[in-house]
Amino acid sequence: MKWGIVTFPGSNDDRATARVLSRVLGQETCMLWHKDYRLPELDCIILPGGFSYGDYLRCGSMARFSPIMGPVREFCEAGGLVLGICNGFQILCEAGILPGALIRNRSLLFVCQRVHLKVENTDTPFTHRYRAGEVIRLPIKHGEGAYVASEEVLEALEREGRILLRYADADGQVGPHSNPNGSMRSIAAVLNERGNVLGLMPHPEYAVETLTGSEDGRRLFLSIIEAHASGAWRRAGRGSQNGVQAPPEAGNR
Amino acid sequence: MEASLEQALEHGLTEGEYRKVLEVLGRVPSLEELGVFSAMWSEHCSYKSSRLLLRELPTSGPHVLQGPGENAGVVDVGEGLAVVFKIESHNHPSFVEPYQGAATGVGGILRDIFAMGARPVASLNSLRFGALDHPRTNYLLRGVVAGIGDYGNSVGVPTVGGEVYFDPAYDRNILVNAFTLGIVRVDSLYRAAAAGVGNPLLYVGSKTGRDGIHGASLLASAEFDSDSDKKRPTVQVGDPFTEKLLMEACLEAIGTGSLVGIQDMGAAGLTSSAAEMAGRGGNGVELDLCAVPKRESGMTPYEVLLSESQERMLLVVKAGEEEKVKSIFSKWDLDAVVVGRVTGSGRFRATWEGRVVADIPVAALTTEAPAYARPRAQPAEEESAEASLGKLPEPMDYNDVVLRLLGSPNLCSREWVYRQYDSYVGGDTVVRPGSDAAVLRLDDTKKGVAISLDGNSRFCRLDPYVGAVIAVAEGARNVVASGARPLAITNCLNFGNPEKPQVMWQFEETIYGLRDACRALGTPVVSGNVSFYNETEGQGIPPTPVIGMVGLLEDVGFHLTQWFKEEGDVIVLLGRSREEIGGSEYLHVIHGEIKGPVPWIDLKVEKALHSVCLAAARDGILRSAHDVAEGGLAVALAESCLSADNGVMLGARVEAEAGLRPDAALFGESQSRMIVSLRRRHLNQLRELCRREQVPMLVLGEVGGNRLEIGEYVDLPLKHLYESWKGALGRQVEGRARVAVA
Repeated sequence: MKWGIVTFPGSNDDRATARVLSRVLGQETCMLWHKDYRLPELDCIILPGGFSYGDYLRCGSMARFSPIMGPVREFCEAGGLVLGICNGFQILCEAGILPGALIRNRSLLFVCQRVHLKVENTDTPFTHRYRAGEVIRLPIKHGEGAYVASEEVLEALEREGRILLRYADADGQVGPHSNPNGSMRSIAAVLNERGNVLGLMPHPEYAVETLTGSEDGRRLFLSIIEAHASGAWRRAGRGSQNGVQAPPEAGNR
Repeated sequence: MEASLEQALEHGLTEGEYRKVLEVLGRVPSLEELGVFSAMWSEHCSYKSSRLLLRELPTSGPHVLQGPGENAGVVDVGEGLAVVFKIESHNHPSFVEPYQGAATGVGGILRDIFAMGARPVASLNSLRFGALDHPRTNYLLRGVVAGIGDYGNSVGVPTVGGEVYFDPAYDRNILVNAFTLGIVRVDSLYRAAAAGVGNPLLYVGSKTGRDGIHGASLLASAEFDSDSDKKRPTVQVGDPFTEKLLMEACLEAIGTGSLVGIQDMGAAGLTSSAAEMAGRGGNGVELDLCAVPKRESGMTPYEVLLSESQERMLLVVKAGEEEKVKSIFSKWDLDAVVVGRVTGSGRFRATWEGRVVADIPVAALTTEAPAYARPRAQPAEEESAEASLGKLPEPMDYNDVVLRLLGSPNLCSREWVYRQYDSYVGGDTVVRPGSDAAVLRLDDTKKGVAISLDGNSRFCRLDPYVGAVIAVAEGARNVVASGARPLAITNCLNFGNPEKPQVMWQFEETIYGLRDACRALGTPVVSGNVSFYNETEGQGIPPTPVIGMVGLLEDVGFHLTQWFKEEGDVIVLLGRSREEIGGSEYLHVIHGEIKGPVPWIDLKVEKALHSVCLAAARDGILRSAHDVAEGGLAVALAESCLSADNGVMLGARVEAEAGLRPDAALFGESQSRMIVSLRRRHLNQLRELCRREQVPMLVLGEVGGNRLEIGEYVDLPLKHLYESWKGALGRQVEGRARVAVA
């Protein structure tokens, strides 16, 4: 399986993400440059964390106009697997590839800590290696990670099983007490309608080795690898109510 | 235009120094030359008050590849790798403008590290503020922490540790000391020398603006008065995004092999970077100031020479390879312009529109800059400076004392601060903030480095010599408690006005303390920084040396953390407790006194303790290790119960040490002690190690339950301890902010 990781000017997690994929998970990995107008042959693209273009205007708002985002959008529309982590999630929202937006944390402070997350839907190419309802721990590190969206969008996300992770406590209880940034409905990870693009604020790439803290993020990457190998993720619905639908058109805006 | 004595005085030079300028040049200096002299001869750049004494410090060792005098120190860690590290102060700017002052402090130290060819992998910082309830502290604390966080997070270098300390002595002079460590392959280590006559000087990074002019000469090298706010325009403004691009581009350029030397434009900007590189190369430089990229029109050559605009570097490139290097900077959308060349003249020469505006012998600006053996005098001993245990009432309620200590500003959890720092980015952080030292793995090897950044204002105030010894010993102990062998230190020496004999005496005592401790522990000083003039309206700070200690783990898998791991493990105290409460937090928080005597310390005993801990760590028999420091044994035990990074708290049942007054046993700060936990079956092995090194050991009790019980004195549920300790700082800061808003 071949992975591409985009380096925007100001991307910070690109190197660590590439290390995890190539050295820990043994994947073929290449770096993509923000000024490129074309992509090589790829199976999954990651938009990594960081502060693209300094994020001085609004997180991700400059990056969405960079040359690479043209082919990335086409890749999404063609059904390719795309993972946006932290700043990558913000960029996908700014680009309209994922619904909603990420705004300043409720505390107005940057927050770096490990959080508990409840896995809400495991019937996706990104999460099928987790157990439904399982509580995992991943780090978050962001100043603008409060997820907001209109009531209609939130309802659609709920209905279609597109909220994959929610901030929770150690017992899996979701509520204001376990919401680190003020996200609506404690949303930490959102899937697009077609089910091939995931944006999340927590950092699975910093939770793949016991030495550096936790392995709870590893199964997210393993899910993608296995989904790709089996082609299972293409089977829309998988027979369940909350399954991943594959509508003819992608995009939500 | 010629510069007069009056102008020289305005620039911060003395009359004698102005005469020396006349003598060096054999004529009256131009205004530009006066600016160059005032910057290069400032305390900040020339170390004129400290240089002679700094020679006392041990700076070499078998693993030291580069000692002081470069952008940063370098220590070989084997397998072809070296660690590059340094600490630097940004005290004055951070008091005047906390957010930008602290942010640009981080930016400056990062550039010092990647100027050596190393990729920065970890930052730490040591912060000292006034009393937490001082009206300005909240604003300064929030600004400094946000400045450090925003800059470091954005550049993508993790902030993994440090210290935060509150004391009224810093009410009007806060200390912001920033440390960064980088990793480099030994064969691609760079030095900042302008070598090779004819090689071009390439200016890269941000354009030059009017910010920060006189930062080195007027802001950092003079004390504050009542209108220090007016100095705000001398504080630079940081742009972490440009820094990130500059770092990536410089590291890429270094990889081409086309560079000869590289240096940050820090304090005194283009002037000091060009002059210092020329000095190290034994050469001269010629600069065309018109070629320097400028942010605004109408700038004068004087301003271009002295601007401290951030995120700029000066490279010496192999002649003929300019285009190759320029193309890398163009890829990263950064300016890269040839602004001069290396000459064989030994002179610092700058031109503007074809006219020479400065022509000065390089040596006069560097090695032959003024150096003063300033007068020193020990201050008169204060009466009853020593606390007597006999005169202090023994606490009625030890539970209450423990809770008050844990919730006090200097002992409570620092989570409110470090939560604002990205400690993950890069992916190599093994131990994050909240243990004795930060630990990072050295990628591609089994090894790891442990880093501690620490000082102790109170011991240093009471006895600068012993205080400095303890600062080094405690830094080493922190690193040892992580399972790492101490390698070398960097230090930041923060003092008052060196023109006062008492301050120079404190400085001298501190240097001797550092020298003796570093020799005894085998940790040379490889880099550092001196910050004088931390005074406002004649009132100076206590002597405050801050020690950045770096240690090496041969196998990072054997690293240790301070928190208890499992029920049933045995808790052991290594080292001897004495009836010592002088200079302790207990004496200050509970009895309101800052008095000596400072604790006794013997560096041989200290070293023996390190041997025991390191041998036990290597054998894999220790489950946790924690330095017994501020707050004494009781606070150290509570921290081991509460601080696990997975949020799981474990209680402890221990006996109080007999033979000492209970408050001294629980809260005294006797040195060279650690608490460790281990499986019961390994106890004999530890006993044997202690016997061999003659380190006293005492089995205190056992890990377990959900209470902390210490003899008949303390019995508290962990929940209560946690509530006192965990949120205390946040409650104070946020609570005050709410009041301020209302």
